Amino acid sequence: MKSARPAQLFAIVFLTFVGISALVPRLWTPDSYETQLREALDAPPSARFPLGTDALGRDRMARLLYGTRVSLALAPAAALLSCLVAALVGGLAGLAGGWTERTVLASVDLFMSLPWLFLLLTVRAMLPLNVSPLVSLGITFGLLGLLSWPASARVVRAAIHALRDSDFILQARASGVTPWRLISRQLIPNVMPVLLAQFWIAVPVFILAEATLGMLGLGVSEPLPSWGSMLRELEGGNLRAQPWIAAPAVLLAAVVGCFQLIFPREDYSI
Amino acid sequence: MGPLACVLALVAGSLNASELHLALHSEPKTLDPLVFADESAEAIRYLTEGVLIRINRLTQQPEPELAVSWKVSSNGRRITFQLRKGVHYPDGSAFTSKDVVETFHTLFDPALHSPVADTFQTEKGTVSITAQGDFTVVADFPAPPTAFERLFDQVAIVSCVAKQRPAPGLGPFLIGERVAGSHIVLKRNPVYWKHQPDGQPLPRLDAIRIEFQQNRDLELARFQRGELDLIDTLTPDLYDRLAKEAPGRAVDAGPTTDTEFLWFNMAPQSPLPAYKKAWFQSQAFRRAISESIQRADLSRVVYRGHASPSAGLVSPANKPWFNAKLAPESFQPGEAAKRLADAGFKLQGNVLSDVAGHAVEFSIITNSGSKTRERMAAVIQQDLAKLGIKINIVTLEFPSLIERITRTLDYETCLLGLVNIDIDPSGLMNVLLSSAGNHPWNPSQKTPATVWEAEIDRLMLAQAASGDTAARKKSFDRVQEILREQAPMVFLLHPNSLSAVSSRLPGAKPSPFFPHTFWDAEHFALAGKSAAGK
Repeated sequence: MKSARPAQLFAIVFLTFVGISALVPRLWTPDSYETQLREALDAPPSARFPLGTDALGRDRMARLLYGTRVSLALAPAAALLSCLVAALVGGLAGLAGGWTERTVLASVDLFMSLPWLFLLLTVRAMLPLNVSPLVSLGITFGLLGLLSWPASARVVRAAIHALRDSDFILQARASGVTPWRLISRQLIPNVMPVLLAQFWIAVPVFILAEATLGMLGLGVSEPLPSWGSMLRELEGGNLRAQPWIAAPAVLLAAVVGCFQLIFPREDYSI
Repeated sequence: MGPLACVLALVAGSLNASELHLALHSEPKTLDPLVFADESAEAIRYLTEGVLIRINRLTQQPEPELAVSWKVSSNGRRITFQLRKGVHYPDGSAFTSKDVVETFHTLFDPALHSPVADTFQTEKGTVSITAQGDFTVVADFPAPPTAFERLFDQVAIVSCVAKQRPAPGLGPFLIGERVAGSHIVLKRNPVYWKHQPDGQPLPRLDAIRIEFQQNRDLELARFQRGELDLIDTLTPDLYDRLAKEAPGRAVDAGPTTDTEFLWFNMAPQSPLPAYKKAWFQSQAFRRAISESIQRADLSRVVYRGHASPSAGLVSPANKPWFNAKLAPESFQPGEAAKRLADAGFKLQGNVLSDVAGHAVEFSIITNSGSKTRERMAAVIQQDLAKLGIKINIVTLEFPSLIERITRTLDYETCLLGLVNIDIDPSGLMNVLLSSAGNHPWNPSQKTPATVWEAEIDRLMLAQAASGDTAARKKSFDRVQEILREQAPMVFLLHPNSLSAVSSRLPGAKPSPFFPHTFWDAEHFALAGKSAAGK
């Protein structure tokens, strides 16, 4: 794994740079992401607008940075939610065994068979209309987190199942360790690498899921930007004449790639 | 040489100069010509079926087709058609009055559930179609019909001897091949009755290959590669791109009769809070919103100039019925602020509040996937922010949107468009009558909720019952004025008809009315084999 370290270092530096830029967008642009400059529609890159303006005359750089903030803040939060639910459900199934395990696994299979995109569309259609774009986006990512735990729960259950029958757990039980202490001191520390791996897998998945919803016009609502809503510019856009409109796609690919590079591969197994 | 010859023959076949290529954005749900299923089905029907009267898409005047002439009785309720003689279906059977009567008999069968049949229904009863000899047909209406020519333009006359539908019809083309999910090939009708002035048979094309292409970017790319000869509707973005890359191929045929508008939910039974119902039921509030929207910016920014600011529900393209006294609402933020202040609204900082102190905030719902409507909503959002009004834009997939605006009424305002295929005012009865299910701002009223809605009802019914065009125009002009004064709907734009025509089709004359580009396809002749989009 030593050969991967420079790449990992680069990924960490790049993600830090992107994170700081998203947190302090004024470093790059003085403009707001929502102000429509209707006399400067689809302007090419310039000193004032490094990535030009969009079809409504809004500074594309400002929108990209604010969109990065939104996507990078909410995707990890959704991944955390998904991992917490997976840990609870998978842990319960792995520890209890027997009919409880079978019931939980059947529920997980049922949940995995649901067409999540349609489920998400249905739930979004039932939401109240007068919520701010940020709250709406938070709800979207929350739903993504709540709908995406089953695969991780299966992995956690397998890990707990293996741990439950291991020698050191048997020895701890034989020594009279209480169940709570067994869970907190033995099981959770040992299953944590699995959960971390699931977390790092989920973050880019959720970023792409929001981008997919954005491409369908069902992501974040105007005027708040996100990577997904910005990617919609590519639909009908002229890449040959305006290559800079691909900036959100390039940044998305770079960030997802960097997440993969810093992925803790050595911790896959327990 | 054998295989090479086969390959060359295949290539030559694929580049057949007399095969027109175009795309539809979806596959037709049915090819039954008596069931108006969707726009794609309508396109196929237009090219493959014959009608009694055809409305010329350029002049908007009725022209004889299978009926060579028609006469309206003195009381206006009976129309007598003289049918064209010597016309044959592709199966060899002669076209007679029996085909017309049988067509209408099938069309009016309730089991068919044809929306076209509904347009022939009136409150006073149904239409009776009878034959008087082989080439005379009489249509008896319970009341004098208005713009009856347009009614007959939409009814395909099918063969009474055909065992099933679709059967080869009396249009210029026949369905030759259908591959589900891919394409339909229409072949030239060898017994089509129309001829060129020099006696040469029509249509001049051998075939039309219609591909199903949902993605508009791909459609444009294929047009530019010469794989398609026509694009019937272009988005403003794609139109501008084509106009830059292939000048002369992009055609702006001018304003359509379609209208983009925003309406307020004024239904008393809606689940909105009482204070929001009060806003939307206030004429001053509605007028203020209308005056605060920069329609010129909507046209320039969202439609790239390929739309006209709207003065009302009727487009200037609808020359016979447009009320020329109405000009597009001008942008008057000062006047709007004054109206709101007079109605008790107060601007505190950047927030407008009503008399009870509620901050004015409401949502605009529109259908997801429409970039133009999302951009229009964003422009309106910024315009109204200057008045201190906060707008939340919500895009919903279409079934959810329809559910909210027709059943649950759980929405505040809605941004959509109206496709006006029928330019006659009677075609708007299902929108403007207060009892109509499609009455946008307060559907299916038992009695009109307001005095001005009662007046609209009265005027619409009066114009529908009158055979006097001048009297009808006067009534309908007043309807347009009431809509403008009361502003239950904020009329925004009339989009232009944008299309693309290949250099292989020098004679194409795109029209603002559907079908925009191939309405006279029987006269098309391909000029050569050069790349179409070039």
